[in-house]
Amino acid sequence: MGNETKDHAALAEAFIRDEERVDWHDGALWWIRQKRDIASRQIPEWEALREAASRIKSHVLSNLHDYLLEFEANATRNGIRVHWAADAAEHNAIVYSILKEKGIRQMVKSKSMLTEECHLNEYLIERGVDVINSDLGEYIQQLDNEPPSHIVLPCIHKRKEEIGEIFHEHLGTEKGVSDPTTLTRFARRHLRDVFITRRAALTGVNFAVAETGEYIVCTNEGNADMGAHLSEVQIASMGIEKIVPKKAHMGIFLRLLARSATGQPITIYSSHFKKPREGQEMHLILVDMGRSRQLGRPEFRDSLKCIKCGACMNTCPVYRKSGGLSYHNTISGPIGAILAPNLDMKKHADLPFASTLCGSCSNVCPVKINIHDQLYQWRQVIVKEGYAAHTKVLGMKAMAWTFSSPGSFSTLGKAGRWVLNNIPVAVNNRFNPWFRQRDMPEGPKESFSEWYARNHRPGGAVDPAPKASSDLQSIQPE
Amino acid sequence: MSARDSILAAVLRNQPALSPLPDLSPFRGEDRDLIARYAEIFAGIGGQVFRVRDLTEINALARSRFDADRRFVTTLPELGEPFETLSATVDPHSFNDVELAVIEAELAVAENGAVWLPEHRMGQRIVPYICQHLGVVVRAEVIVPTLHEAYARIGAGQYGFGAFIGGPSKTADIEQALVLGAHGPITMTVFILEPTTVPTEPA
Repeated sequence: MGNETKDHAALAEAFIRDEERVDWHDGALWWIRQKRDIASRQIPEWEALREAASRIKSHVLSNLHDYLLEFEANATRNGIRVHWAADAAEHNAIVYSILKEKGIRQMVKSKSMLTEECHLNEYLIERGVDVINSDLGEYIQQLDNEPPSHIVLPCIHKRKEEIGEIFHEHLGTEKGVSDPTTLTRFARRHLRDVFITRRAALTGVNFAVAETGEYIVCTNEGNADMGAHLSEVQIASMGIEKIVPKKAHMGIFLRLLARSATGQPITIYSSHFKKPREGQEMHLILVDMGRSRQLGRPEFRDSLKCIKCGACMNTCPVYRKSGGLSYHNTISGPIGAILAPNLDMKKHADLPFASTLCGSCSNVCPVKINIHDQLYQWRQVIVKEGYAAHTKVLGMKAMAWTFSSPGSFSTLGKAGRWVLNNIPVAVNNRFNPWFRQRDMPEGPKESFSEWYARNHRPGGAVDPAPKASSDLQSIQPE
Repeated sequence: MSARDSILAAVLRNQPALSPLPDLSPFRGEDRDLIARYAEIFAGIGGQVFRVRDLTEINALARSRFDADRRFVTTLPELGEPFETLSATVDPHSFNDVELAVIEAELAVAENGAVWLPEHRMGQRIVPYICQHLGVVVRAEVIVPTLHEAYARIGAGQYGFGAFIGGPSKTADIEQALVLGAHGPITMTVFILEPTTVPTEPA
């Protein structure tokens, strides 16, 4: 780490080299997007739910200070020990001190993007504490020494044969076994032993209710519960933005979350943790890690409404075709691209450009975050702050000069068309970045200005070309 | 300044002007065909549903569908043999060999198939997760249309832990292939209890 990270385009280039895999990845995610569509259409008031969820989150962000205090007081009254961490270092140190005090050297952890962002596993392993991720996808990613590529489906980029190979290498399954049920059963038996033997379990948090001081963890596998209810020390790590005011608000969020994520009516398990079990210790760490700063950026504040469903990733044409690991950030896809620049603008300067700004992400977001607007706004900020790639800056400057001068626009257009039609080899080569993975088009015979000049009759009337009118008819409804 | 104070100060400084909470009163489900709707959704998420008149029927179904030579536990002593009544105080690890656990839900939600289980209904928190197969008794009258009605009935709740559970444990992490029984139960069966107004003949 600390070395130059490759940018999204360079990492995506490696991913798209295997065309068959890209098509499969694209299709797998689009299928989930379609399941989301089917599920959402079964709820007539779906749009009203999105609006309500968005407004509840707006309200929470506008009163977060008081809600954090209310949550802390109620959770403490329930017997939960509440800790505060400004950044990853503080968070990791708190986890370690809790374990150290109990002499615990092994922990099981369910899915938590926050602890991934904090690089908690690496931190603990360096201090002699063994951590096992219990979500199957995260477990596979951990065995393969890779971060998750998707917040809901951590190993969506892997083929079953590759997973079979990982299991063979690390867990001793028979070589060549790749059947998903067989592999899952094997992991079930292996992780059952882990759950039974770990004294400490860490979970993430999906929602925390200020009114009651409880927190809610949603999983499909039951891994968070298996760890938590067998542990003597239970730790939950949450970002400070996860607060909801009242438990009644959970009705809104749980109706939206799983339908948006995978098209399920609800996650299999929605666990409400309020008090430790008899004889158990329950800790909760409230983590800032840039969130209070993002709260102070009016144009980007709404990114904190995110409930981590992953719908924006599943629908994003760039994500589907470039893979989550190309985003070199724990949270990938469109939402990752608007959260990451707040954490480190220089390191993540490329991410807001990894988008076509088509707006599909904003259309599926269950809390109505204007993701594509924020991607566009981050581009402005990043260029202004001087973090944009040089080629991008030069290209933009050249484009600005061309578009602002009609004479140069017309001359360059003519030259471009002539080159495309007469010496295509001049652009169909590896020095032209547009030529990579695609053929250059044939140049049109004339520009719109030329066509207009030719067809425009003095007196203001434009003769519609016969072809154009038949085209128009063809798009009329039957 | 402590982390707590500095975070709270930054939040206070950066939070925008107060915006109002939306009105939740329009969110209400339809109070019709609740049993049929619940059963359809629950079957759709990979669960099994039986409509029964009494616990004797549940006992018979449990014996015929699961391996009764293994350990059956329950919070309902009336279920009788071969069920063993759960102890709320033993070490939770001791349930690792449970084949079937049958517990009673406080509520069930027609729209999503989930049942609401506060801790005291589970016997112990670990029970509905650690068993190989989960059975849940749902009295017909506790089925509500949506989560909104469910949360209204739950209110503050006296539980230390509670959960909505909507189906067998599942994963699709390997190539999106659905596998039931990731870490928790491989199957989940709901017994909808509908005592008829006409009493059944005594055995």
